[in-house]
Amino acid sequence: MKKKIQLLIIFIFTLVPFKAISLIEVDITRGNLNPLPIAISPLHIDEDSEKIFFEETKIENLGIEITRVVENNLKTTGLFNPLSKDAFLQKPDIAHLKPRFEDWALIKAQALITGKVTITEKKIRVEFRLWDVLAGKEILALAFTTVPNNWRRVGHIISDKVYERLTGEKGYFDTRIIYVAEEGPKVKRIKKLAIMDQDGFNTKYLTLGNELVLTPRFNPTNQMVTYLSYFRNLPRVYLLDIETGIQEVVGDFPGMTFAPRFSPDGKKIIMSFASDGNSDIYTMDLETRVVERITNHPSIDTSPSYSPDGKYICFNSDRSRYQQIYVMKSDGSDVKRISFGKGLYGTPVWSPRGDLIAFTKLHKGKFYIGVMRTDGSGERLLTENFYQEAPSWSPNGRVLIFYRETKTDEKGEGFSAKLWSIDLTGYNERLVITKTDASDPSWSSLLSK
Amino acid sequence: MNKEIFFSFSFHLIIIFGATLTLPFLLKKPIDLPPIISVELIQITEKTNIPFAPKAKKIIEKVKEKEKLVSEQAPPKKVKKEKPDSIPLPDEKIEVVKKIEEKKQNPEKVEDKIKQVSEFEKKEMFDLNQIAALIDKSKEEVAKTKKKSNKITQSQDDSVDMLSLTLSEEDALKAQIFGCWSIPLGLPYNENLLVRIKLKLKPDGTVIKSEILDHVRMNKPGQGFYKVLAESALRAIQLCQPLRVPSTGYERWKNLQLNFDAREMLQG
Repeated sequence: MKKKIQLLIIFIFTLVPFKAISLIEVDITRGNLNPLPIAISPLHIDEDSEKIFFEETKIENLGIEITRVVENNLKTTGLFNPLSKDAFLQKPDIAHLKPRFEDWALIKAQALITGKVTITEKKIRVEFRLWDVLAGKEILALAFTTVPNNWRRVGHIISDKVYERLTGEKGYFDTRIIYVAEEGPKVKRIKKLAIMDQDGFNTKYLTLGNELVLTPRFNPTNQMVTYLSYFRNLPRVYLLDIETGIQEVVGDFPGMTFAPRFSPDGKKIIMSFASDGNSDIYTMDLETRVVERITNHPSIDTSPSYSPDGKYICFNSDRSRYQQIYVMKSDGSDVKRISFGKGLYGTPVWSPRGDLIAFTKLHKGKFYIGVMRTDGSGERLLTENFYQEAPSWSPNGRVLIFYRETKTDEKGEGFSAKLWSIDLTGYNERLVITKTDASDPSWSSLLSK
Repeated sequence: MNKEIFFSFSFHLIIIFGATLTLPFLLKKPIDLPPIISVELIQITEKTNIPFAPKAKKIIEKVKEKEKLVSEQAPPKKVKKEKPDSIPLPDEKIEVVKKIEEKKQNPEKVEDKIKQVSEFEKKEMFDLNQIAALIDKSKEEVAKTKKKSNKITQSQDDSVDMLSLTLSEEDALKAQIFGCWSIPLGLPYNENLLVRIKLKLKPDGTVIKSEILDHVRMNKPGQGFYKVLAESALRAIQLCQPLRVPSTGYERWKNLQLNFDAREMLQG
């Protein structure tokens, strides 16, 4: 009985102080998804540096040009709203020294970028600062030195740093995209391998267009590319070193190999090998050239893609009669079907973040690009069109790039293939400008890590 | 034999017990339902088509005239008239004045009442737009009288829950901050990223001090997402201030804790 009374007293005393010291709490679980208003003050360049730079590159104001790159990058994300420069009240050089935060807050800016460019010993030095306008403090300051021709990359790196500081995730601006450049009528298409910066600038062609090329994929760790081309009229997987231009056929298979992709460590290639109407998944070690069979099933298994930790592989197969997405361990065991929706699923690609798998879906004559969790739950279709496929992730796993084809008219004209990007929200869909028609894009990892 | 009696007894006991629990609902009176109010839905047009509107106007005017008469016959005037009517002797004069004072019960209150009635009428007659202001004034006056008396304040505070804002107060504050908080969309939705910020506020809702409760986490390696979220929450508070806080009960909410949780939004 005594114990019971003691317990009761303790119980009462534990309750009483809570009431005395507790604080009113309000849970904020919603916010707005409006892009963050950001002021990008043109990077200041002194007159002497401007003259020297103009002599070398014929660009009048490097500061403004770099600012334009940053502004364009941040705007395309859909997460930032770069404010009009007409509204700026403070001059760039003074703002870089000490911004008047009241002036920037007046035009509703929440973040501010300032900076300056100088040229010394034929190299450019670009420094920039990122300010939190409302808190009234500097939150990032960096400087880069490089050769003048590299100025666009400097703009991309600044964009990456700002993006990372304000969103918490890595950027994807200092990256390149490899794709198949297409020219000519649909029946007689010339296809070349091409590479460009993620914003569509600095396009270079890697092949001449004599052979058909398809599905180029970047090595996540270096500047190697794997793709499919024709060798003795058979589709074969190739390797190409972008820096040296050397290319080679991967493996010596009697049949056709296709749908190649690198492993996350870049040491293996995973691909499909088809013979006698059956297609299975194989890997090849690039150092030892040892080939390993991963699946062994009478159905068509293709489009393999590794998880970022290399432990799992997703692929598509028609082993359940219709083409669906499956996940298995990297040794081929424990195969599980993860897609169960209506329609056909193909080209699964594991996100670099590891949480999602992107895919192409065909349902009732329409093509969709969508994502689902790695267990198949939470399927979301991001975009719908007449024909679109081959999604490829940005290195931060936030944006997908894919290609879309338009219908040909009765005369057989009007056909085009273009690259498009869409972010995970599904709202920010953009056309990626390329010099020619384009298909089969693949996003590189960040060049500056 | 004894067993049978025991079973029979216990069986009946169970039935009686069950009946006492379940049957009393029969004794309850049926619920008195209020009569149904029929409502006719009509279309609202720009001009009124009510035929008896002019009649109503006349009635209103008549009522106002009557009210005017009431104010003209205000009793204090009679009191004033009493003074010149009688010319008392010096001794009597003092007594009469005293008597008059005794007759006037709470003379100040009577005067106030007279003033209020007349002022109200004047304003109603000439400036209908001031009604809202008058209502506000009356509220202020009520608040003032409550402040004057300590007993009333205490009882009022007791009636309000000391530990929370009312739903409408909380909703107003939330709605304001929702508009100011730009959620960094790059954050992962599956991580525990709850940012708790303690605020010290002025009575007008201006933030005196804001403190992140887990500020140590801000500078830990690998907590970049937390830092970004915390900074965005601080920006939202800066942008929103002065916060929409209740007009009364400052002691109750002068210290406030806001818990910023973006998971719901990030999950989509």
